[in-house]
Amino acid sequence: MIAQQLINALTLGSVYALFALGFTLVFGVLEVINLAHGAVFMAGAYAALLLVTKANLNIWVALPLAMLASGALGLLIDQIVLKPLRGRRAHHLMPMIATIGAATLITNAAQGIFGAETSRFPLGTIPEESFQIGTIRITELQIAIVIISFLLMLLLMVILKKTRLGKAVRAVAENPQTSYLLGINVEGVFRLVSFTAAALGGGAGVLIGLSFNAIFPFMGQPLMPKGIAVIILGGMGDVRGAMVGGLFLGVAEVMSVAYLSSDYRDAVAFGLLFLILLVRPSGLFGRVLERKA
Amino acid sequence: MATNKHLLEIVGLAVNYGHIRAVHQLDLTIQQGEIVALIGANGAGKSTTLLAVSGLLKPSAGTILFEGKDVGRLRPQEIVQHGLIQVPEGRAILTTLTVLENLELGAYSRKNRREAAQDLEVVLDRFPILRERGDLPAGNLSGGEQQMLAIGRALMGRPRLLLLDEPSMGLAPLVVQGIFEILQEINKTGTSILLVEQNARQALRVANRGYVLETGKIVLSDTASNLLENQKVIDAYLGGGKDCCSVD
Ligand SMILES: Nc1ncnc2c1ncn2[C@@H]1O[C@H](COP(=O)(O)OP(=O)(O)O)[C@@H](O)[C@H]1O
Ligand SMILES: [Mg+2]
Repeated sequence: MIAQQLINALTLGSVYALFALGFTLVFGVLEVINLAHGAVFMAGAYAALLLVTKANLNIWVALPLAMLASGALGLLIDQIVLKPLRGRRAHHLMPMIATIGAATLITNAAQGIFGAETSRFPLGTIPEESFQIGTIRITELQIAIVIISFLLMLLLMVILKKTRLGKAVRAVAENPQTSYLLGINVEGVFRLVSFTAAALGGGAGVLIGLSFNAIFPFMGQPLMPKGIAVIILGGMGDVRGAMVGGLFLGVAEVMSVAYLSSDYRDAVAFGLLFLILLVRPSGLFGRVLERKA
Repeated sequence: MATNKHLLEIVGLAVNYGHIRAVHQLDLTIQQGEIVALIGANGAGKSTTLLAVSGLLKPSAGTILFEGKDVGRLRPQEIVQHGLIQVPEGRAILTTLTVLENLELGAYSRKNRREAAQDLEVVLDRFPILRERGDLPAGNLSGGEQQMLAIGRALMGRPRLLLLDEPSMGLAPLVVQGIFEILQEINKTGTSILLVEQNARQALRVANRGYVLETGKIVLSDTASNLLENQKVIDAYLGGGKDCCSVD
């Protein structure tokens, strides 16, 4: 029983981690709490749905394409909404408020196009094989979700750690002014991060859409407080922290549904979060944020 | 007009912060191979001038010619590619990156990776302490080591003109001495230097020429040795003949 719940928790948690990773990346590099991340998550799921239903693509072909589309949407949000506010000495809450506007617009557009009701992937889209190991049942979809999420997270970590570009991203995250003086195209890094973060968020949307087989315009909304919770728990802007925080939240939710009641799912998860922050105010991996003004 | 013989030629530069004019009508030239000191009190506009040269602040008037080309409207990364490289005030080390990563990023805009790798060896030979501490987060270095890292990182960009904003700030006199010796060695290898300092005496000792900036205007310019003997400079910036160090 507990092993089965852990499998379920790992699946859900890895998607949360993927979602939170994009969210934390934008926060760490652009210093913006991007409240449109949930809308991009939803848009990713719809993009995959369209690619499967209208273009008859296999879901595993549709997934990377949906991620590219989500990335493009993220880039668009950055260029239209965030870029005009950069360098204007705008109060740091202004970009956050602006992303609420973008989120509302995207969600309303989805409602207008697809209606408010829940859409589902057609039969046969989602792999339905499952394996029985003792008393544990693992579906092919769960395996795929965990593998894809972890591969994407690992890839991102390796790029950030090892590549020239990754080092430039970390430089901009710490100090954009210095990055300019090193010859780094700081605006280019902002665009790249906006794209990548949205692609990860959209990918998470596809995976959640698949695992519940439910896609609807407001599906991103419950993810936003979770995303915020995960990055605070992990340590603001910390990539490893987002991964661990996402997994933790998945475990907390699944376990509280299994052993308490689904009514308390969010209460338990956020209660635990609160307790952890009382002990470690800067989060699990948090260093005190330092950036020169 | 003999503009071509100047490495850097600034004419009539003005820089504003909103409606406040921080630098007015600034003229300054640097010849190939020179060390030029720009001295002035806190708030005189020294950093503003350097940030404008590096493209981080947009001039509201004037031209900045580097090797005869107008660089005054270029983006910062293009200016770096021209070989105009700045070590900013406070050193601006990337504290969460390792020492080696900081150095590697100094060569970010260079195309030839092999040459950059060779230059890394040269820099690590010049600053053995950086080799020793290569894999540590740069934030763990002492102030003097961080200044060496900042200079080493700038050298990784193959500067034709090195801009330094108060490299002596916050460092012990002996460390400052060492830094200024290193700057002279770098200059001997053919790199021109624009040295911004409040520490006027030490700056003028290593410089060929100097400019004195007061509330955004150049009020005096001469050879460094003449400035060191100029009564106005002595009274205002050299603090009555004491040998050392910026006063706060
Ligand atoms: N970001 C800024 N916004 C507004 N005013 C500034 C800013 N930076 C500097 N100043 C003002 O411009 C003037 C010159 O500053 P600065 O170039 O930093 O002087 P220095 O480097 O010579 O100490 C000062 O009066 C300072 O208060
Ligand atoms: Mg200054």
